[in-house]
Amino acid sequence: MSELQVLAGREIIAQSHVRDTLLRAERLPHIWCPGCGIGIVLGAYAHAVERSSIPVEKHVCISGIGCTGRVSGYMNLDSFHTTHGRAIAFATGMALFRPELEITVISGDGDITTIGGNHLIHAARRNVDINVIMVNNFNYGMTGGQHGATTPLEAKTYTTPYGNIETPFNVPYLVAAAGASFVARWTTLHVRQLAKAVERMMEVEGFAFLEVVSPCPPTFGEFNGFPEALDMMEYFRKHCVVDHSADLSKIGIGLKPGEKLVVGNFVDRRRPSYQELLEEMRGRAMGGEHK
Amino acid sequence: MSEKLLKPGTYFMMGNMACVEAALIAGCRFFAGYPITPSSEIFERASLRFPQVGGVAVEMEDELGSMAAIIGASYAGAKAMTATSGPGFSLMMENIGLAFIMEAPVVVVNVQRAGPSTGIPTLVGQGDVMQARWGSHGDLETIAYCPSSVQEFFDLTIKAFNTAERFRTPVFVLADQVVGMMWERLRVPQYEEIEVVERERLSPDMLGSRPPFDYSQDFNPMPIVGTGCRVNVDSLTHDERGYPTTDHAVSERMLSHLLGKIRNHAHEIWRWEEQMMDDAEIAVIAYGSTARSALKAVKTARSRGIRVGLVKLLTIWPFPDELIEKISQKVNAIVVPEINYGQLIHPVKEHAKCPVVGVNWAPGSLIEPHVIVDALEVIAA
Repeated sequence: MSELQVLAGREIIAQSHVRDTLLRAERLPHIWCPGCGIGIVLGAYAHAVERSSIPVEKHVCISGIGCTGRVSGYMNLDSFHTTHGRAIAFATGMALFRPELEITVISGDGDITTIGGNHLIHAARRNVDINVIMVNNFNYGMTGGQHGATTPLEAKTYTTPYGNIETPFNVPYLVAAAGASFVARWTTLHVRQLAKAVERMMEVEGFAFLEVVSPCPPTFGEFNGFPEALDMMEYFRKHCVVDHSADLSKIGIGLKPGEKLVVGNFVDRRRPSYQELLEEMRGRAMGGEHK
Repeated sequence: MSEKLLKPGTYFMMGNMACVEAALIAGCRFFAGYPITPSSEIFERASLRFPQVGGVAVEMEDELGSMAAIIGASYAGAKAMTATSGPGFSLMMENIGLAFIMEAPVVVVNVQRAGPSTGIPTLVGQGDVMQARWGSHGDLETIAYCPSSVQEFFDLTIKAFNTAERFRTPVFVLADQVVGMMWERLRVPQYEEIEVVERERLSPDMLGSRPPFDYSQDFNPMPIVGTGCRVNVDSLTHDERGYPTTDHAVSERMLSHLLGKIRNHAHEIWRWEEQMMDDAEIAVIAYGSTARSALKAVKTARSRGIRVGLVKLLTIWPFPDELIEKISQKVNAIVVPEINYGQLIHPVKEHAKCPVVGVNWAPGSLIEPHVIVDALEVIAA
């Protein structure tokens, strides 16, 4: 076999990758567009799985629908590509029955906060011990670039041709208020902090949430001043401020020039997880205690 | 079996409660629910009983979540169930399709109530018959059992779990408000008389010689998370490895497998009972609580010299087409009473070789036997 393989019209330079055992290499090339940030998130997750003390066969990756929804299928783990918005509810059932599993939901902003918003806040409220990594690219990419619950005010998408008039969610603020044990935000520029945050999420007892702000050059960037992959990376470089103790009520994202984009590990607190409380309650029920 | 299960013996019990006891005896240990009349006693009793036997009963934020959670629990190795009524059943349709394409064994109990939309929550209906068959988008083959008594609610709930495990597919118990809220005699047989089916599990070493989704087989062992199988399970149309595809040939293979595993084994699923059919010239075909009215009507009509019998369907989906065809060649007419405005009568008409007449009444009450007797008298004349 030659050093240089050509598959599906794309050049594959390397024969193998150090994380091949964690990826389904036979499924590559992936479907994501040039300049997309999702691959960086996948890399960070794979890195964290590799470094985690939990055996690989106990890791489960669950996604909803959309561009980010494809992450689970590329991971060489027990993986589930579920319905749109329902990944967290699906993961909840799995996590409550088998608490020893390390379940990570990786999905997009539309999937997690818009169609799946109800499941998000209730899983955070119950403090279900799962990890949720939400890639926020500010729009529905898979369907061609429509607005959602994270699209900044005035942003242009195919469904906000006159500019978005809806106020977006400030997701870390929302999830922290709902009760999550761990809440963080990083961007795809912060590769190392991202991987470290995911590692930490795997240790946290309770609901661990990470927002990853990511470029989407062809469907969001093009109409909002970030047409090339590097444009948004450059925005991150200039505007990001690391503040782990930020006032979460003030960290909504507007993507405006001059505005700070606050990143950090904002919340890391010990609250009993749903699984812990369930185990305790079940002990009482099995011991014969009646309501 | 656990000492915390309902012991063999005779009880006076509500249908909804009998359903929960049956689920526990069948090995169900995961329940996700959302309160809804007239099924709430199932959720309430599950909340009391599941933790006692080491199980989980969780309230989800809605029925979309309940349905998703039981599929997740199913892939975690649980026998899993939810219970609802019409409005919740509507919300579950999305993930019923997911359970079907993911081949996840789950049981969904629908205690039917009256009317479309919110309708009349506290009164009886049989309006979800067609929704149970066609409610989820795309082509599905579904399985639905219909109990007409507390005893049947108990027996068919166990049967539903066994069928779900064997076929790796969602199975419905389509009860109704009368059966769910009625108190009646229940006999729990000796445990060794109760058949309990356990699912076949995939192990990592089997993956060397077979793909996880072998479409040439009707039944495949199930990959359970945490056991090292590392299988992709997808809501998208997928190939034998579980990988998404848009290939026509693979799509055809996957659907043929999903539909075929049920169609090819429908005989194993069909359950029905016949009464007074030996010399019958007219057959009443009924299911659920309507079968109770129908039995009374058949007896009354018999006392008036009309040769009529009852065929009580315990399985309505997959539709027992061969049975209907056979009966329709023995009788001159078929009467189908339903607490809806004509649903199961359609497949009956499709397969019957004789005239088929519906008796339909669905304002929120049982069909009174005399209404069916009236129809029988007109037909006999």
